Amino acid sequence: MRLTCPLCGDRDRREFYYYGAEDYLRRPAEGAPLADWDNYLHLRDNPAGVTKDLWYHEAGCSQWLVVTRNTVTHEITGVELVAERTVGQAK
Amino acid sequence: MPELIAKSALDGRSLTLGGVTLAEVAIGPITSVAVLPGGAKAVAKGLKALGLTFPAPNTFTERKGARIVWTGRDQAFVLGVDCPTMEGAAITDQSDGWAVLAVSGVAAVDVLVRLVPLDLRLGAFPVGTAVRSGLNHMNAVILRTGDYAFEVMVFRSMARTAWHELETTISMVAARAGVKI
Repeated sequence: MRLTCPLCGDRDRREFYYYGAEDYLRRPAEGAPLADWDNYLHLRDNPAGVTKDLWYHEAGCSQWLVVTRNTVTHEITGVELVAERTVGQAK
Repeated sequence: MPELIAKSALDGRSLTLGGVTLAEVAIGPITSVAVLPGGAKAVAKGLKALGLTFPAPNTFTERKGARIVWTGRDQAFVLGVDCPTMEGAAITDQSDGWAVLAVSGVAAVDVLVRLVPLDLRLGAFPVGTAVRSGLNHMNAVILRTGDYAFEVMVFRSMARTAWHELETTISMVAARAGVKI
């Protein structure tokens, strides 16, 4: 498996660390209902198909990445920098 | 104030085996230039005083003994010269934090491909390339300084481990070259 880091380019799997679902980027606001926190911390979709997760380029540029991949075909369709995301970014 | 003597991590050690030379190099001051949000213009101006420009990802450039190496998003290392403080960036002295090893010779590439998960052939990794990647399990900055020359920067605390990895690999490559099939 290889990921194309937007900064470093095409790199081997061993340079990256897997964190979990992209949901971690959508932290509930302070004082959000308990259900939102429960959802944020514990409830995950398990799709057969396209999913997004967070990877860390630990043996590279030290950037967090959002990787779009397909759990059925193993195809990787997108890698973007968390730092440069404009959509859905927590302010 | 007592005069303190700076010591390098490996006392300038070097070895040559099978056409590959491994040597610790004294690279001089190492300064991290971390660009603050919106600071790119001011940094460009600050670097101009050194005759440098902020490098593109995966590259380094040199000018009059000063070298600037891309080391991450909005971050570069200035090597070999004292880097002045400048607007728009966090400047930190990292001279004591790194050990730099030069790997050179015709078979240098054969040594490094055993440790680095990248295509290091000249066509894919030309002179002027600088990447952050791994030297086996160590984080490293790897620079191609010549057709047959590389420099490997590792955290100073890992200097002897890096030396051991490289020395072992050099001896294996040299032994392999001596075997007739």
